[in-house]
Formats: sequence, C-alpha cells, structure tokens
Amino acid sequence: MNNISKTLSKRKKLKNDLKKFREESPYIKAQKMDVPEGLYEKCPKCNRTVKRNSNIENDYICKHCGYHFRMRAIDRIRYIVDEDTFVEKGLGYITLNPLFQDGYEEKIAKYKKSTNLDDAYIYGYGQIYGQECVIGVMDSYFLMGSMGSVVGEKVTKSFEYSIYKKLPIVIFTASGGARMQEGIFSLMQMAKTSSAVAKHNKMGLLYISVLTHPTTGGVTASFATLGDIILAEPGALIGFAGPRVIEQTINQKLPEGFQTSEFLEKKGFIDKVVNRRDLKRTLSLLLAFHRRT
Amino acid sequence: MDILAKERKVKELEKQIESLGDSETVKKLKREIKRYKEIEMSKLTAWDRVLLARHQSRPKALDFINYMSPDFIELHGDRLYQDDSSIIGGIGSINGTVFTIIAHQKGKTLEENIERNFAMPHPEGYRKALRLMKQAEKFKRPILTLIDTPGAYPGIGAEERGQGFAIAENIKSMSEFTVPIISVIIGEGGSGGALALGVANKILMLENAIYSILSPEGYASILWKDSSLAPKAAEVMKLTSYDLQEFSIIDRIIKEPYGGAHFDKEKTFNDTKSAILEEYNKLKILSPAELHYLKNKKIRNYGFLQRFNYKNLGGIKR
Repeated sequence: MNNISKTLSKRKKLKNDLKKFREESPYIKAQKMDVPEGLYEKCPKCNRTVKRNSNIENDYICKHCGYHFRMRAIDRIRYIVDEDTFVEKGLGYITLNPLFQDGYEEKIAKYKKSTNLDDAYIYGYGQIYGQECVIGVMDSYFLMGSMGSVVGEKVTKSFEYSIYKKLPIVIFTASGGARMQEGIFSLMQMAKTSSAVAKHNKMGLLYISVLTHPTTGGVTASFATLGDIILAEPGALIGFAGPRVIEQTINQKLPEGFQTSEFLEKKGFIDKVVNRRDLKRTLSLLLAFHRRT
Repeated sequence: MDILAKERKVKELEKQIESLGDSETVKKLKREIKRYKEIEMSKLTAWDRVLLARHQSRPKALDFINYMSPDFIELHGDRLYQDDSSIIGGIGSINGTVFTIIAHQKGKTLEENIERNFAMPHPEGYRKALRLMKQAEKFKRPILTLIDTPGAYPGIGAEERGQGFAIAENIKSMSEFTVPIISVIIGEGGSGGALALGVANKILMLENAIYSILSPEGYASILWKDSSLAPKAAEVMKLTSYDLQEFSIIDRIIKEPYGGAHFDKEKTFNDTKSAILEEYNKLKILSPAELHYLKNKKIRNYGFLQRFNYKNLGGIKR
C-alpha cells in the first residue's frame, strides 16, 4: 500500500515538473500570444483586407479567394497536432556568428524576441489523430526561415530522434534557402540534412515532406524534396532559384503560375497538392497506412 | 591595384624583353619580373582570388583531365531527357588506377561558353553525373570530381525539370556511396551547383579557387543593395581556400604558381595529379564501410553552433 502511494506521489511530482518545464518552453509561451483585436491583413492574391481574427478562425485561408496565408510554426503545430500531445525536443540551441558579420547577432536577437523561437525550426513528438510521429516545422517568420547551422543541426537531430524512436517523420518546410550570413557553414547544412535523410531512409522509416509557401533555394535542394511522399499546399511558391533571379537571368517575364505547387504537380514532382483543411486527415491516413504492426 | 592590373604589368615587361636583343638587359628584366611576381603577386586579397578563379585563361576541367588521364573516354547523356554539355563525365585512368571522372566544364571562348552554358548545369547534367556515379559504385571504381561552376542554372526549363530535386538526389546519393570519392575545386565553387558534385571523402582545393554559398555580387546586392561592393563582400564571406581549411570544410590546399595557375599550367596539373593520387592511396586501404562511416561522420560535424547544456556551460560545438 505504502509503496503504491509512494510511486503515485512520485509520478504526480514528475508530471508537475514536466508541466512546469513545458510552460517555460518557448512553444507554450508563444501559444499564449494573442492577436490584438482589430488587426487587418492584406491578402496578396485578391488584394482585399481581411480581419486577422476571422482569418485565424478560417484556418488562415482567405475567405474571398482561398489564398493560404503563411502560418507561424507554433500555429502550424497547434493546427496539425492533437491537443496536449506535442512535446518539443532539441531546445537550447544558440545561433552564433561564425563569420563575424555586422548586425547578424542583433538580427537574430530581434527575431528571437518576436517569434519566441531558438531558430527557424522546431521539432518534437506529436500525434496526428492518434497516429504517433515526429513532427518538424520551419517558421518563415524567422529570417525567412533560412537554414543556418542551428536549423541544419535541429533538422538532423529530428531525423536522428525519429530513427531512435522508430517513428515516421513529418516535416513542414517554409524557407528562403540557406542563410547567407553564415556563409559556407549554411551550404554544408544541405549535405548534413541530406545525409540524415539517407540514414533515415535506410532504416525503412517513412518521411513525409509537406512543402508550404515559400520553399526555395538550399532547402529545396536538400531535405525538402527527398521525402518518400511529398505533399504541398495550394498556391505555394516552390523552386530552386527565386523568380526574381530567373527573370534577371533570362530577361523576360515568367508565365503565370510558374513555380507554384500546382505547376510542380503537373510536371510530376509532387505527389499531391492538399488543401489545408484536408491536410490533417491526409497526414493521419498516410501515417496509418505505414503503421508498423 | 588588383591582380589583373598586376598581371598586365608583367605581360608588358615580358613584351619589353622580346623587343630587346641585349643579353645583359634581358637578364636584368627577367630578374625584375621574377621579383615582382614573388613580392606583388603572392599577397592576394580575397577579391584577387575571385578574379583569378574566374580568369579567362585559367585551365579548365578538360585541360586537367587530358593531362592527368590521356586515355579518358567521355560518356554522354542522362538516359532521361538529354545530354548536358556543362557537365562532362567519363572513365579514365590516372597512373594506372581507373577513375570515374565527373567535372564542370567552362568554355575557353565565348562560343564554347555559350555551348557549355558557362558551366551552369541543368538538371540533366546532375542526373548524368548521378548515373555515372552509380555505375562507379557498381564496379567499385573510385570517383573523382572537378568542380568549377558559378552555380546551377536558374531558368524556366531547369525549374520545370526539377533543378532542386536533382541536386538533392545527388547530395543524398553521394553521402551513401561506399567507393572513395575525391573532389577538387579547381575554380569557382558556387553554391548548391558545386555541392551536388562535392560531397566527398576528401575535398581538395586549388590555392586560388573559391567556394561559397553565392557569388560576392549576389551577396552584396542582397545584403547591401549594391552589387559594386562585391570586393568588400568577398572579404567578408570567407570564401578563399585558406579560410575554408581553417573551418575544416576542405582537407588540403594545392599550391599554385605565383600569379595563378595559368602562369605555369604544367606545374599545376602535376601538383594536382600527385595530390589526388596521394589522397587516393590513403583512402584505398580503407574498407567500404569505413569510407562510408568516415564520410558521414565528417558531414555530421559540419556547422558552427552552441547548445545550452547544464553539464557543459559555454562549450562550443564545431
């Protein structure tokens, strides 16, 4: 009797500790951030202004034209992962300034404050309609979601965690490419993350990559396009070179709908373009199909 | 005065020699040229090295291949769409060892450059490289890649055929191969286009080659909105061989003659060849599993960051 009550109290204490830890983690802090009333956002597609609050209720989709707004990493996790199942991993990374570039540290500090993230990527354990998986999300609000040393390390860690737990992994990408302030170190993250995918692939585990607006540059040319199944959100910009660079190089205007997810689906590079409202169901189904028994 | 101006001065002096017949003055002038090269052309700024890496008369990949491996046979096509002439690939022997050789090829004249697309490959080029590397893996043949590209081509056709997908596939597969891979950066190493051939057991670099995430012009125009600040950007970006060796991104620097590789091509080729063979002899004795393990361990350690850790406060992980 005494033993059981002891273990129960121990467990209670552990639970409390965990709760405390999670409250202190950036994920929970950001969850508490509320959008001020009366803030408006302009839809880039139909140019109409939408109330931010009503927009959030509408799954960040423009009610006039169906444009999918960018989502913060936190919002994405709240949207996709079942309530109270997300446990963030890989906390405490610090971005350094390897090339001693002017103003880089200040920039990072500014974005850290405004997004409450360590860097442009978070990952952890989560469940999607009860299907266990490792979930990683890039945040395009953090320096355009660019991939520096910390993002590369965390992406690699998330694959390693997924191998360790023998779980499938789902990654939402949103990035402008490699982070040029970190120079050659950023470029090498492409090799690092790709080799992590190769290791994960060898273990026979599932990797679903979901490309969201915008996915370009070094991220497209590494782990984002190496998924077993590649999904994309409608109307997302996906490509290696940015549209402006291509326009400058070939000196002509690009055709309408170039480098969108629908375009790539037509060209045969993406498995399926999925509306945001169907995304959770599609992901949980795909995870269920690949469940190990 | 940048390196090109210095080079012009040397050329001028050499011309003077030709016009003179007197042996005494010739000797004096020759000594002067030699001294000038040693003093002035050995102190290079990062921008000088960028200029040298892009120099018109710098030896190109085919020159290296023709010297090192006279029996080289070029193989064409990716068996999917078409042949991309900005990447050349084939089989050849270097000192009796058969290598699969893959390289970016720049042109020497404008016409050839247009045909080679200034060594900016389309996805076909990368898929051809991958096909040949898979072939090498099958026949347990070591792979040698020579890197000299401003970057992957940004164009409509390239995007339509999956530029990013092709590069990603190359990087992933190169990290998986178990045969020895040696990469030599002989000129410009531009961004993902270079990395798609540059995931190797040993990465060598010519002294005046550069390897960077984007061109100094691009960097300056994105960060400072002014592409004429490229010389300053080159300094900041740390793209020279010495910087990269310090970061342990590359393994070895191959020295060039004063004033750049084009002043003494024979010597550059010879040094490159012996460096490649030396590194290959080190890799040859390792088993495939060891090669795979060591390569991936090296790749895993790329990056410059810190993690907050109760046990190890303030430790820097490199």
